Amino acid sequence: MLTILFDGIAYGMLLFVVACGLAVTLGLMNLVNLAHGAFAMAGGYITVVLVNRLGVPFLASLPLAFLFTAAIGAVLERTLYVHVYAKSPLEQVLFTIGLVFMSVAAVDYVMGSQQQFVRLPGYLQGQINVMGVGIGRYRLLIIAVCGLLTVALQFALANTRFGSRLRAAVDDARVARGLGINVNAVFAVTFAVGSGLAGLGGALGAEILGLDPTFPLKFLIYFLIVVTVGGTSSITGPFVASLLLGIADVAGKYYVPTLGSFVIYTVMIVVLIWRPQGLFSRGTAR
Amino acid sequence: MTVADDSSTATRALVAEASAALAARARWGPLEIAFWLAAIASVFLLPTKHLILTEIAILGLFALSLDLLLGYAGIVSLGHAAFFGFGAYAAGLLAKYHVVDEPVLALLVSGIATMLLGFVTSFLVLRGSDLTRLMVTLGVALVLREIANRLDITGGADGLQGIVMEPILGRFAFDIFGHAAYVYSLVVLFLLFVVARRIVNSPFGLSLRSLKGNPLRASAIGIHVNGRLVAIYTIAAGYAGIAGALLTQTTQFASLSVLDFERSADVLLILIIGGAGYLYGGLIGAVLFKLMQDWLANLTPQYWQFWIGLILVIIVLVGRDRITSWTDPIRAFVQRATDRVWPRAREGG
Repeated sequence: MLTILFDGIAYGMLLFVVACGLAVTLGLMNLVNLAHGAFAMAGGYITVVLVNRLGVPFLASLPLAFLFTAAIGAVLERTLYVHVYAKSPLEQVLFTIGLVFMSVAAVDYVMGSQQQFVRLPGYLQGQINVMGVGIGRYRLLIIAVCGLLTVALQFALANTRFGSRLRAAVDDARVARGLGINVNAVFAVTFAVGSGLAGLGGALGAEILGLDPTFPLKFLIYFLIVVTVGGTSSITGPFVASLLLGIADVAGKYYVPTLGSFVIYTVMIVVLIWRPQGLFSRGTAR
Repeated sequence: MTVADDSSTATRALVAEASAALAARARWGPLEIAFWLAAIASVFLLPTKHLILTEIAILGLFALSLDLLLGYAGIVSLGHAAFFGFGAYAAGLLAKYHVVDEPVLALLVSGIATMLLGFVTSFLVLRGSDLTRLMVTLGVALVLREIANRLDITGGADGLQGIVMEPILGRFAFDIFGHAAYVYSLVVLFLLFVVARRIVNSPFGLSLRSLKGNPLRASAIGIHVNGRLVAIYTIAAGYAGIAGALLTQTTQFASLSVLDFERSADVLLILIIGGAGYLYGGLIGAVLFKLMQDWLANLTPQYWQFWIGLILVIIVLVGRDRITSWTDPIRAFVQRATDRVWPRAREGG
């Protein structure tokens, strides 16, 4: 019972790290980025290549996955995404679906369509027993890393100069420009960090979520649920939503496997109808 | 007395003028007639291509249904496959369990069943922004896919097998070359197209366009916005359901792929290629899309999705308007030529 709870928390934390980048781009920059999962997939494959083929230690590969994906994100933002900020949601959706299709086919071409596994070091395998509750070491690592990241993110958004610039740029890009804030640079950095976090989440989650070329499509809905249920006006909303989703999904698959993912989809629709701005939003519709 | 007479004649004149304007809008242009003549000609001239032509006709009907939503009412949907798939499974179940054996009747029943589903789910898209609509429609499609995956009666991941279709109207049997299937699909497409044309050129269709432009103002001039949205959503769902039912009937098989996210994305692409908001966009888009898909799949059997994705990206980056505007000079030319030989009342705006 507690093990399921623990697994659920680890799963939810993972979802949060991947989805928080989406929450930022969607909520703060008003960009519907359905290709967000593709960045997570990129991070996962980078780790697979680094660890399995090049022999890089697993823990060292995580920051590398973050950096690589952030770099990919920055390049794409500067070259492609920058043109779609001002377009309608429909066009952003079409554009990012296009990117998803391209990434799926490209990864299939380069890496093959089979599922990939990261070779974990021995000290991350197995379970430890804490007061009779079996806790997977790897999941413990995930929770630690993701917990630290969450605190860091919240701090960065709320208390740093960059955070306030970002919020200013989002609230009113024109006024922010007038105040001398380089809005384009702020957006670019934010997008890169968001992609990087997705990449890191993908790297960490390759083992738990499973990694194959259809990853962006398979988990798209999970990320969207996190963002829609959690709302996009803060970091805490998606965080709580991810935890709930993670626990509900793990527990649901364990106790009532026949229902499958049915429950969480229904919950998402109900929440969207009930509170279109998200469960935990401050209620300021933009 | 005289005042009343005056106002009633003025009203009558106004009504006459309005219906004349509506009639002028609804008149068939020569390009349209040429389009359908070409479609009829394809039955006789391309007998070896009937299988792919059937797919095109079904895709075209599916895209037409999305056009009613997106092009006329401005409702964005990322889960239109929900209705396509529902219709497909409905038709499959009707035929498999011999509830309704006759295809045309089964088609109608599937369409009406899908309309019911559309009516029920339409209330979900009334609220919220474009983004909320995109996600709600996506969610509905996912829920349906999950249901089809889990239920025993739908066969889960194996799909619905063992469907045997009776002859159409009890006379025309489906053949392996797809001749009967193509003529059947084309006739259904044409009939539904005529109905759709009638709908969008009616006062109801015009009111849809007005509320697409500005819902607030539309409600200010007395249009019941939510009622219209529910109505068109229901109709569009029925269209998509019939398209799905046609697919099941002509292939005698229904699988989970009818509810796939890719299907919803593909139909959006089709409509964007052809251009939304003039009914032919979906049909032309379906022809172009299928030809393109066929060609790409021959070049790179496994990776054609990459090129489809690339096309989507390019379309958005270049700008949708500029892509579809390639037909503008042609249309303008035909319009001028028609006006000379076949004068018609000027349309406003």
